[in-house]
Amino acid sequence: MQVDRRQFFKICASGLGGSSIAMMGFSPTVALAEVRNFKLAHASETRNTCPYCSVSCGVLIYSMGDRAKNAHSSIIHIEGDPDHPVNRGTLCPKGAALLDFVHSPNRLKYPEVREAGSSEWKRISWDEAFSRVAKLMKADRDANFIAKNADGVPVNRWLSTGFLAASASSNESGYITHKLVRSLGIIAFDNQARV
Amino acid sequence: MALQSLDIKNRSATTTPTPQARSTVEVAKLIDVSTCIGCKACQAACMEWNDIRDEVGSCSGVYDNPTNLTENSWTVMRFSEIEEQGKLEWLIRKDGCMHCADPGCLKACPSPGAIVQYANGIVDFHEENCIGCGYCITGCPFDVPRISKKDNKAYKCTLCSDRVAVNQGPACVKACPTGALQFGSKEDMKDYAQERIADLKERGFDKAGLYDPPGVGGTHVMYVLHHADRPQLYSGLPQDPQISPLVAIWKGATKPLAALALGLVALGSLFHYVIKGPNEVSKETEAEVEKEDAA
Repeated sequence: MQVDRRQFFKICASGLGGSSIAMMGFSPTVALAEVRNFKLAHASETRNTCPYCSVSCGVLIYSMGDRAKNAHSSIIHIEGDPDHPVNRGTLCPKGAALLDFVHSPNRLKYPEVREAGSSEWKRISWDEAFSRVAKLMKADRDANFIAKNADGVPVNRWLSTGFLAASASSNESGYITHKLVRSLGIIAFDNQARV
Repeated sequence: MALQSLDIKNRSATTTPTPQARSTVEVAKLIDVSTCIGCKACQAACMEWNDIRDEVGSCSGVYDNPTNLTENSWTVMRFSEIEEQGKLEWLIRKDGCMHCADPGCLKACPSPGAIVQYANGIVDFHEENCIGCGYCITGCPFDVPRISKKDNKAYKCTLCSDRVAVNQGPACVKACPTGALQFGSKEDMKDYAQERIADLKERGFDKAGLYDPPGVGGTHVMYVLHHADRPQLYSGLPQDPQISPLVAIWKGATKPLAALALGLVALGSLFHYVIKGPNEVSKETEAEVEKEDAA
């Protein structure tokens, strides 16, 4: 662009004039200053229980999508459930960070087995896992079950296996767990939810 | 009808803000340091809600992690061990934006609309208008804003303005498992604070009190302190925070004076043009100069 001396002065003068007018407060105010949009609008809300400890806080899980046939849900936010009597909306630091627990690349998503002597974890199917657990339990029970003690009194104990069940169980699932374990004769039995 | 969900009270770098006809309830967050256990649920909830993640830090030997506010950690717990007269006190303070009624960041900001103050008291940064100059950091008496290395824009706690706009409390307050964080109208928070202070005084903390510093016009994040006479015990909470005099002078007296000076120069030039007219060069002078150049 060719600017002669005269044009250069004109540009300077108009620039100075414009900025002076703006500086004196004659500029139009900024039209909008909106807050960030509420990110949960129309997200699907699902009630659940925090999986971490035996306190079992209620959580609300928000996922994108309205569960329509072609919309794939993905969890975008988790916060405390204000209607849950245990925590009334509050959470601990681990509970407050549940979203990253759900999406963690290290999360266990399927049954795996590490054979004796091996250092490798191998993925197996749920069917394989169930039958393997059942087979090993039966073998151990058959070998170590104590039907009667030294005095001949029936005791029906199975002392060589223990059972640890999950937290965040309902009373009903706790009852079923208890039934199963005791009917097999297992004594060493605990549950993080202390059923 | 307004075009925004929260009414605006103040805007950065705007000499004549539009007056607002409406007035809404002033909100506040109350941090009761005497019931805080330093669990950092607020830190986790803050990052989760605001979709920011800080880098995994390293242990500095104390519980502070991260050790300072960052563009991704808008709130941090500060732990201080105070030993006095053979007694150890572990004072834990949740640090973050105080949402001052007279915000130093907003005063210092040169970019129109990058910092706004809503009628409910929240001071919010609008990154789309931010030019990343960092003046807000100089202006802040609490050293809160941080410039992101990714987009060179300033970030800080928004008091979850997006949640408050739809009548929900901030994420940190909702998560707090001990109730050390409370949220409500500023009046209610002051009343609740008085209850807590009375309780603390009964337990022997006769200097207990509310931290709502008048130097910045009061804040919309207040503390209940057991040693309200010495707030600096709590990891250097300022005793009497004030906006830096540099900001006050530069944006206070200097700004209108400079504007006036600029206006006078423009007006003077105009008068000069009207009276004297353009600087005409006669043919004779031009020829004379050309002759001189040629020689």
